[in-house]
Amino acid sequence: MSGPSYIVILMPSTSHAIHAEAVLKAAGIPCKMIPVPRQISSDCGVCIRVAREHREPARAALDAAAVAWEGMHEVGDAPSTNGSDHIVL
Amino acid sequence: MIYFDNAATTWPKPPEVSAAMVRFMEEVGGNPGRAGHRLAVGAGRAVYAARQAIANLFHVGDPMRVVFGANVTEALNLALHGLLRPGDHVVTSSMEHNSVMRPLRALEAQGVEVTVVACSPEGMLDPTQVEAAIRERTTMIVLNHASNVVGTLLPVAEVGRIARRHGLLFLVDAAQTAGAFPLDMEGAGIDLLAFTGHKSLYGPMGTGGLVIGRRVDAARLRPLKQGGTGSRSELEEQPAFLPDLYESGTPNVVGLAGLAAGVGWVQRRGVEAIRDHEVLLTRRLIDGLLAIRGVRVYGGLVAERQTATVSFCIEGMAPDEVGLRLDEEYGILCRVGLHCSPAAHRTIGTFPVGTVRFGLAAMNTIDEVDAALAAVERLAGGAH
Repeated sequence: MSGPSYIVILMPSTSHAIHAEAVLKAAGIPCKMIPVPRQISSDCGVCIRVAREHREPARAALDAAAVAWEGMHEVGDAPSTNGSDHIVL
Repeated sequence: MIYFDNAATTWPKPPEVSAAMVRFMEEVGGNPGRAGHRLAVGAGRAVYAARQAIANLFHVGDPMRVVFGANVTEALNLALHGLLRPGDHVVTSSMEHNSVMRPLRALEAQGVEVTVVACSPEGMLDPTQVEAAIRERTTMIVLNHASNVVGTLLPVAEVGRIARRHGLLFLVDAAQTAGAFPLDMEGAGIDLLAFTGHKSLYGPMGTGGLVIGRRVDAARLRPLKQGGTGSRSELEEQPAFLPDLYESGTPNVVGLAGLAAGVGWVQRRGVEAIRDHEVLLTRRLIDGLLAIRGVRVYGGLVAERQTATVSFCIEGMAPDEVGLRLDEEYGILCRVGLHCSPAAHRTIGTFPVGTVRFGLAAMNTIDEVDAALAAVERLAGGAH
């Protein structure tokens, strides 16, 4: 069975997503800004997608820069959160 | 034409400012944070670029602490109305613009206590008098970084240290200095920095904001308005995080695109280099005015200790007449009267008549200063 190939990181707002993108690129972590997948949230905004192997480096880079994020999801799996006020709709 | 009204708004702007605004209108134009499509994200990037530019300029680590609004007045209102409660005591100076004085007087009517520390007739503030005004209920000190009337720089670094020592919040109105004078928010002990985009940041009107330092508890700083932010759309309550807590409604993205270009121009030219140029012009202007019989110049009269704004009067001629004749006969545009700062004019002894104000900036030249001095000399000669 092949698992999900990427992680999506939900952000509090588009401003945060753009900020996160800048922080991740500066840390050398490839990422892409995409609309939030419907299966994760009904939010109409954008989120950050990174390759699955970059999950922990991305977490470390965002936390080091104190960028607020709301959740990291492997699509199709149960959401994991950073303990902040994460919302699953 | 010689434009000497830069203390009101700088003109002309660098060409890249209007180019960035046209590019935004023609090629981007989406609503930031309101959708995931490329034009919405492009608009979000334009806002972020402006946030990052402001954060870099003021040495702020986290761009999300830059909150945009319509102008410095809105930013000052957010900080003052958002933080001060009945029973609180606030200390300010007698050189403040009405953008600080009027909110403070309105808050005073609601039970906030206000102490206005008197400045010298040259517009100088003694920091020890600020410290002496602090009481048990004092929560904030608010000062302009430089007077919009005489350009005098207030001792913000010293007052910042006093504020920290007493555990007070320090709000600085940087309307006259942002972009024209090096400003390190953390280094100067500033907790809240209010700025405008359309003066020495060379952006368009309708841009400005408040930088909210780490010592400020966002839970205590009430927003001026609530509304759509594009984030947390499932909630009917305002998001609690920065900057969305304070940025409801579609922002002036075209303006912010211009602001980012303006700040970029300032950074490329260099704040220090701009400052050196303005000191040169200011010194020549002050010395030239002082040499003209019948002209009285206000302020500290030392270019290094003020911005490029100089106030003067011609004996025997009302400021409004001087302003009209400079415009019509010499093509010199300036601002006369009270400059929205009755307190400052009372302090320097020019209330209620006011002064003639020459506000210079980076685009002005030595030749323009010399031409203006010649015009003032001719007007002063005819006034006797």
